Amino acid sequence: MSALQPTQKRKTRFGQKELLRLHDLLVYIVLSVVGIIFLLPFAWMVSNSLKSIKEIYRLPPTFIPDTLQFSNYIDAWTATTFDRFFINSVIVSACIVLGQLFTASLAGYSFARLRYPGRDKIFLLYISLLMVPFTVLMIPLYVQMRHFGWVNSLNAVIIPFLFTPWGTFLMRQFMVTIPRELEDAARIDGCGFFRTYALIILPLTKPALATLALFTFLSSWNSFQWPLIVLGTPAVKTLPLGLYSFQAQSSMRTPWHLIMAAATFVVLPILVAFVVGQKYYVRGIVTSGIKGGG
Amino acid sequence: MRREETLAGYLFLLPNFLGFVVFMLFPICFAFYIMLTEWSLSKPPEFIGLENFEVMLEDRLFWKSLSNSVYYTVVAVPTGIFIAFWLALALNRKMRGIIFFRTIYFLPQVTLTVAAATIWRWMYQPNVGLINYILGLFGIEGPNWIHHTAWAMPAVIIMSNWQGIGSAMLILLAGLQGIPEEYYEAASIDGANGWQRMRYVTLPMLSPAIFFVVVTSLIGAFQSFDQFLVLTNGGPADATTPLTLYIYNSAFKFLKMGYGAALAAVLFVIILIITIVQWQLARRWVFGFEDN
Repeated sequence: MSALQPTQKRKTRFGQKELLRLHDLLVYIVLSVVGIIFLLPFAWMVSNSLKSIKEIYRLPPTFIPDTLQFSNYIDAWTATTFDRFFINSVIVSACIVLGQLFTASLAGYSFARLRYPGRDKIFLLYISLLMVPFTVLMIPLYVQMRHFGWVNSLNAVIIPFLFTPWGTFLMRQFMVTIPRELEDAARIDGCGFFRTYALIILPLTKPALATLALFTFLSSWNSFQWPLIVLGTPAVKTLPLGLYSFQAQSSMRTPWHLIMAAATFVVLPILVAFVVGQKYYVRGIVTSGIKGGG
Repeated sequence: MRREETLAGYLFLLPNFLGFVVFMLFPICFAFYIMLTEWSLSKPPEFIGLENFEVMLEDRLFWKSLSNSVYYTVVAVPTGIFIAFWLALALNRKMRGIIFFRTIYFLPQVTLTVAAATIWRWMYQPNVGLINYILGLFGIEGPNWIHHTAWAMPAVIIMSNWQGIGSAMLILLAGLQGIPEEYYEAASIDGANGWQRMRYVTLPMLSPAIFFVVVTSLIGAFQSFDQFLVLTNGGPADATTPLTLYIYNSAFKFLKMGYGAALAAVLFVIILIITIVQWQLARRWVFGFEDN
């Protein structure tokens, strides 16, 4: 298709320039229409989060609310214990991100750089288990959590996820590409393995660490199925669970304006995190295509 | 020196390996035992051999949920990849604002599925929902969407594709950007038209990326859970209960751990087969596949 033509390098014959410009315009129009479709649900969410209960059920629907009811956000926030859910989510995500960065970078270094018997066999085991879907894991893991007494405790959503085969794989692949000379120089200067890891390797691994951090943050922040299984009491629920029970419990004349307000403040932090760290996220998708576990 | 390195290697691996063994390797092995038992958690597990799998053959809900998963996968994956492909082609140009569009198409992907499904549940409302209102503007009377047995699955598929297209698009875009421009120039000099350049340059060169997207999308589709639970909760009349939701219900609603684990094993085997078949087929259509 002509969409593929590398527009800049083509020799332009008379009239072709105008044709290309027209083509660009068409592409812009298509991209914009698709963009509007992609943004529409978000716009609708924000618009509805600012309406009154009367207006939200009114036909035909309005896009700009009559009066902007910012109080909806306070009402939604206080309708259930969203502050608790928010704090829980922050605790869970922070622990998992820090834990995974630590365990994955250490193991990645071990797999990439150190030589010892059995290394490649263990690595192969890691890779082969990447394929096991979480659905297979969740039942035995739940039994295990019961055994540990971790059901309805944040332990159950944090501790099993401090370790990541996927992240370890990512770290290893990145560290393999770091030139060995730098390390050898440090070793000759008398650095031990840990100091070499901390002072030479880690600073050079920053881009991969950022990718892992962002992926892990998003997947733990968005995690739903596992928390749904192990976290039942409101005191330990995370934001996705809180939002789910908030919208599931309302039955008659559902307060959709409050639900949309709640959805807005749940979604906002991740959209900001994504726009800020986009570069690293794109890299992670392209190099592996798999979302982190959890 | 060597011994020191060996020791360091094991020590560095230790924290990770410990977690790996306790929370992955052990549960997976444990699952093999659970699927051979009848176990409601209140009593100790009772070993029943392969009975769970025999029950499954007669279980109407198992076959229903399996066919739902297949329906969802077979429709959602090709349509999603098709749209992602065209979007990637459109984005693969040196124009201003491309990154802006790329960001927009990717926003749903990072949104929590629970929130996304909640928004769509509201938009799918038959009377006051946005979607049927917009359809009405074009003179189309919208269906009951998530409340209708025939329309609930398409509703889930549309929502899932809206949310999931971003990563497929990104991988295909990266693949397109990796095709050397000289190939197109050479093709043009040889007199290839737009369609021929697509058929003989783009598609073969992009085939490894397409292969990757197909495999991961198929696997991902079979594992989808969140949007089904939030958007339809499997209804109406189990019309949108996929295998994952049935596994969840069996284990955690009806407390049949053994049966749930047996169902999960079936899901795993299906995913395994899909992957193996795709790798086999890849030899025929993926460019340079044997070299890897």
